[in-house]
Amino acid sequence: MIALERRPAPSAVWRWATPPLAVLLTMVAGGAMFAALGQDPLVAIRTIFWDPLFAEQFASYARPQLLVKAGPLILIAIGLAMGFRAGVWNIGAEGQYIVGAICGAAAGLALYPADTRLILPLMALAGALGGWAWAMIPALLRTRFGTNEILVSLLLVYVAEQLVAAMALGPLRNPDGGGFPGSRNLARWDSSANPELIVGTGMHWGVVAAFIAVIAAHVMFTRHLAGFQIRLMGEAPRAARFGGVRAGRLVILCFGVSGALAGLAGLFEVTGPAGQLNIDFGAGYGFTAIIVAFLGRLHPIGILLAGLLMALTYIGGELAQLTLGLPAAAIQAFQGMLLFFLLGVDVFTNYRLRLGRRRIA
Amino acid sequence: MDLSSINSLLLLASLMVASTPILLAGLGELVVERAGVLNLGVEGMMITGAVCGFAIGFETGSALWGFAAAAAAGAVLSLVFGVLTQILMSNQVATGLALTLFGLGLSSLIGQGYVGERGVNVPDVPLGPLADLPVVGPILFRHDAVVYLSLFLCLAIWLFLYRSRAGLVLRSVGESAEAAHALGTKVVRIRLAAIAFGGACAGLGGAYLSLVRVPQWTDGMTSGAGWIALALVVFSSWRPWRLLLGAYLFGGLTVLQLNLQAAGVKLPVEYLSMAPYILTILVLVIISSGRGRAALGAPAALGRSFHAAA
Repeated sequence: MIALERRPAPSAVWRWATPPLAVLLTMVAGGAMFAALGQDPLVAIRTIFWDPLFAEQFASYARPQLLVKAGPLILIAIGLAMGFRAGVWNIGAEGQYIVGAICGAAAGLALYPADTRLILPLMALAGALGGWAWAMIPALLRTRFGTNEILVSLLLVYVAEQLVAAMALGPLRNPDGGGFPGSRNLARWDSSANPELIVGTGMHWGVVAAFIAVIAAHVMFTRHLAGFQIRLMGEAPRAARFGGVRAGRLVILCFGVSGALAGLAGLFEVTGPAGQLNIDFGAGYGFTAIIVAFLGRLHPIGILLAGLLMALTYIGGELAQLTLGLPAAAIQAFQGMLLFFLLGVDVFTNYRLRLGRRRIA
Repeated sequence: MDLSSINSLLLLASLMVASTPILLAGLGELVVERAGVLNLGVEGMMITGAVCGFAIGFETGSALWGFAAAAAAGAVLSLVFGVLTQILMSNQVATGLALTLFGLGLSSLIGQGYVGERGVNVPDVPLGPLADLPVVGPILFRHDAVVYLSLFLCLAIWLFLYRSRAGLVLRSVGESAEAAHALGTKVVRIRLAAIAFGGACAGLGGAYLSLVRVPQWTDGMTSGAGWIALALVVFSSWRPWRLLLGAYLFGGLTVLQLNLQAAGVKLPVEYLSMAPYILTILVLVIISSGRGRAALGAPAALGRSFHAAA
């Protein structure tokens, strides 16, 4: 008889051993999935995890992409992790990301074709505000009316997706674009462009912002009262209440920060790698960031590593599409699988296996 | 714009068809939540049901097999969630999200070969003279079997929850797993059964979209229906008849919105397409404002893990 027994305290070893173990298990299960699709599993896994970084013919393109993809993932996940730690579930980061890009792009395009270095910072501000405002909707509805923030934040993603389509076809459409949908190319306008800062690295302002967010979050969680209160509310809500933590304020803080960061991520994407606001601007970073946050154990440094790993699966997935003809959806299923395994293996953090006969209670 | 082009009779007739997917998924989730489990993976199970139903229906040429496969697929997928949350004690919110993300990927993987294909025909139930009745006929009596199945399911779930011993046990598990366990109830088994039932219902709802409502397979075709079903459960205060009412209200408004698009309202399509989601949010706000969790009838143990300390 195998039974689970609760550990007196969560195991520190397992806490950090579960993500690598989950990645390993996902590679095995994913390999089986690729084999079912008629691929050699070893080749597929190597193409996704090894070739983008180390195969000479791909590395020059793929290596910079690592930071390009990881930047938004990390930036969004840092904000989400803050809320998840407090038991505040913002799962609509995708919507905040889109609205951030819309607001930022609108602020910049309003000043077109002015030529000043101040435009990109101004757009970043507008983007962060846009994401913040979009996140305030579920936050305020939760604190004022007790409305479920999970459902509201998620439903707003669909609204945001329609909104970006309306903008790309309507007010923000490029007047010189020959009637095609989509805004002006912001990456090609010097005042709004968010270029690669160091050639060949993929480093742009969004990646810089992600690194700053990692450090700031780390400081906040270890040194600042707000970080302590967030942890307290997540782990012991009753104690938090007696300790004078004001739950409503923390909900607004968590949503506000994660919304603003998601908005920033959207803005840096639209001015850099994406270049323009188009109907299909939302690429799912906001959802993948949820996986990143959990894979990184809701810890800033963990998120940094998890973000890089998930970025690798994106790039490797593209590569596998190109060279092996593996469908794009396979990677999405692969990423979902990773979260499953992580959550499953995580049982060993709080429980240990007990072999032998169960004692009679 | 020409409002007169909207035929109110046709509008009402398509109401039931439009409501059935969310009604089915909502009924399943209602039972799951009554057992104290919050499964946020409805969207993932629906879309997997949609693709499996379409694919099997297409391959076998039988709608019946399609729906059966969809229910089975939904149940299998939900059991992944069940094992993780009930046996491995993972966080229900996170696991439900994982289920949705995985389901979206998996479905588009399975559905690759079926994009643009025509699905099987789902015949209406021959109700003889009833179907020929003026007004009432087209609204109520010219539908396929699944529409009636969903109504029957609503009744059956109501009877089960409020008029049967097993239903009482299920509700007790949802109110306090510890107390139910102390009385000798197999909490985990009951919850797993409820989760599988919820998955099967969500799968059916998804298949109804791809086999009847649309009827075609496109990537991400549920577009939030699963989340709307989740919201409906809150709207219903966890009661089957209110869920039916909510689903039909919602279905009616969806149909109206589509008809307004077709009638050429001077508003870009995108803004009209936002309407269902905004409406759902508004309803959630109204239903949750001013009243406590208990007054709303939420199962007390909703979303909490249960581990029997041996």
